[in-house]
Amino acid sequence: MDELKYNFAYLDEQTKKTIRRAILKGLSIPGYQVPFSSREMPMPYGWGTGGIQVTSSCIKQDDTLKVIDQGSDDTTNAVSIRNFFKRVTNVQTTEDTNKATIIQTRHRIPEIPLVEKQILVYQVPTPEPFRFLEPSEFETRKIHALKEYGIMHLKLYEDISKNGHISTSYNYPVLVDDNYISAPSPIPKFDNPKMNNNPAIQLFGAGREQRIYAIPPYTKVISLDFEDYPFEATKANAVCQLCGATDSYLDEIIIDNAGGRMFVCSDTNYCHNNLLKKIYNP
Amino acid sequence: MNMNEIIKITNLTKSFGNIIACSSITLEVYPGEIVGIVGESGSGKTTLLKCASGLYKPDSGEVFFRSDDNYVQNICNISEPDLRQLMRTDWSFIHQNPRDGLRMNISAGGNIGEKLMAIGNRHYGNIREAAAAWLEKVEIDSSRIDELPSNFSGGMQQRLQIARCLITEPKLIYMDEPTGGLDVSVQAKILDLIKKLVEELNIAAVIVTHDLGVVRLLADRVLVMKDGHIVEQGITDQVLDDPHHAYTQLLVSSIIQV
Ligand SMILES: Nc1ncnc2c1ncn2[C@@H]1O[C@H](COP(=O)(O)OP(=O)(O)OP(=O)(O)O)[C@@H](O)[C@H]1O
Ligand SMILES: [Mg+2]
Repeated sequence: MDELKYNFAYLDEQTKKTIRRAILKGLSIPGYQVPFSSREMPMPYGWGTGGIQVTSSCIKQDDTLKVIDQGSDDTTNAVSIRNFFKRVTNVQTTEDTNKATIIQTRHRIPEIPLVEKQILVYQVPTPEPFRFLEPSEFETRKIHALKEYGIMHLKLYEDISKNGHISTSYNYPVLVDDNYISAPSPIPKFDNPKMNNNPAIQLFGAGREQRIYAIPPYTKVISLDFEDYPFEATKANAVCQLCGATDSYLDEIIIDNAGGRMFVCSDTNYCHNNLLKKIYNP
Repeated sequence: MNMNEIIKITNLTKSFGNIIACSSITLEVYPGEIVGIVGESGSGKTTLLKCASGLYKPDSGEVFFRSDDNYVQNICNISEPDLRQLMRTDWSFIHQNPRDGLRMNISAGGNIGEKLMAIGNRHYGNIREAAAAWLEKVEIDSSRIDELPSNFSGGMQQRLQIARCLITEPKLIYMDEPTGGLDVSVQAKILDLIKKLVEELNIAAVIVTHDLGVVRLLADRVLVMKDGHIVEQGITDQVLDDPHHAYTQLLVSSIIQV
C-alpha cells in the first residue's frame, strides 16, 4: 500500500498530540479560543484546513467518517475531504448521520439529532465573534477576558434599528456555558438550538486563524437576543419538494433556465432517508 | 475607610522621563461639586485627569474613589475589571474630540444605548426609549436616532458624546477641554447644557480647560496648575477676582473681563 507512506491521518504523531492538547484545553474552557500552530495542509486555507487538522487528531482506525458541506455529502469540498481521509486513514466513510462517529461539517448541523460518542467537527473561517466590531486581536482578547460583552448586543441593536428585526441569519453569536461568547461558524441560525445541550462533542477548527474551540457534551448554549426581540430559529416557510419534510432547513435551488425554483432539504442524507421511508412504508 | 469626598487624590506624582508632569498633587472633590483645572499647555492638566480616572498609573500617591454604597477603592491599584466596571457605572470621561468618545460606525441611538447594554439591559424597546429621551435632553431631535454621528455637526457630536456618557447617571464626570474644538457660539450652548445636566443630576465634575471663561461659568472651585504643581486654588470667584499667585494674576489679566 504505497498510499500509506503518509502517517495515519496525514499529520505526524507529535503534531496530533499538540492539537489534541489544544482540543482538551478547549473542552475544559467551553467556548474559549485556544491558539494552536496550524500546519500546512495539502489544500489551501478556506478549504477547511482547521477542521481537517482537528479531525486528523481525533480520528482512529475504527471510526466512521461523514463529511458534509452545506448539508450535502456530495459537493466538491465534501467529496475531496472525504477522499483525503480515505487515502490517509483507510477508515470507513458514510453518508448516514446515524452511523458516523466523526462528522466534519461546513455550514450545517445534521437534522438527525446527534448522540453521545459522536464528534461534530466544524470548519471555521472566522473564530472571533467580535472581529467585525473590533479588528484588533489585542482588543478582542480583552473583551473576552473582561467579559465586556455589551457590544454584541450593540450589534443586534443596530440590526433591529435598521431592519426592524435581528437580521443576522448566519454565524449568529452564542453564549457558551454562561461564559464565553462564541461564533458558531457560518451555520444558519436555524441550527443554533441544536448546539444547546447536545450529547455529542462539538469541536471547532480555524486553520488560517490558528484557533480551536470546543463545546463539551450537554453544555448550555444560548443565542443572544433581547427580551422584546427573542431569538428565532428561522427557515424558509416552505416544505421540501422532494421528501415533503416541514421541519428541516431548506435550500432554494434554481432548476431550469426559465428561473424555476424549488425548495429542498439542505441535509441530503436526511432527505434521502425520508424518501426511502416513503418508498418502503408508503 | 470613611470619606465624604467622592474622589480624593493625595500626593500624586507622575513623571515621563525627566519631565515631572504632576508633582505631589492633592485634590478633593465632593459629590455634586464642579472643580475646574486651569493652566497653560504642558502644565499637567491632562496627566492629572488621566491618573484620577485610572488611565495612567501615578509614580506615587493615591486616588481614592467612593461609590454610592460608600465603598472606597484605590484607583491606583484596582484590578482592570473593577476599573472598567467603575467606568461603566460610576464615572464617565468626556473627550475633547467627540470622535475619541463615540463609535463613528454606530447610530446615534446605539452610541447612547451602549452603556445600558454593557450593564446588562436586554430590552430593546427600553434602551431605545432611553436613548431617544437623552437625545432630546441634549437638544437633538430624537427623529435622528438612527443616523450615524458623521451626519452630525461638531457641536452635535459633542452633545451626543455627553448623552452617551450621562445615560447611566454617573456620580462623576471628567472632561478634558470639552468645548475645545468648537466655535464660540456653539461652545456657549454646550457649556450651558453641561451646567444644566450636571446640576439636574447632581453630578460631580472635574473639568480641564485653559479657558477661564469656562471656569467662571461652570466651576464652583478652581485649581491653577503650572509646571506640574497646583499654584493656587479656591472658590472660583475669589480666585478669579482676587488672584494671589503671580501666575494666576497673569492668567486673569490676559483675558478680557466680563
Ligand atoms: N504620554 C506621555 N509621554 C511623555 N510625556 C508626556 C506624556 N503625556 C504628557 N507628557 C508630558 O507631561 C507634561 C504635561 O502634559 P499634559 O498633557 O498633562 O499637559 P496639559 O496641561 O494637559 O497641556 P495641554 O493644555 O496642552 O493639553 C508635558 O510636558 C508633556 O509633554
Ligand atoms: Mg491636555
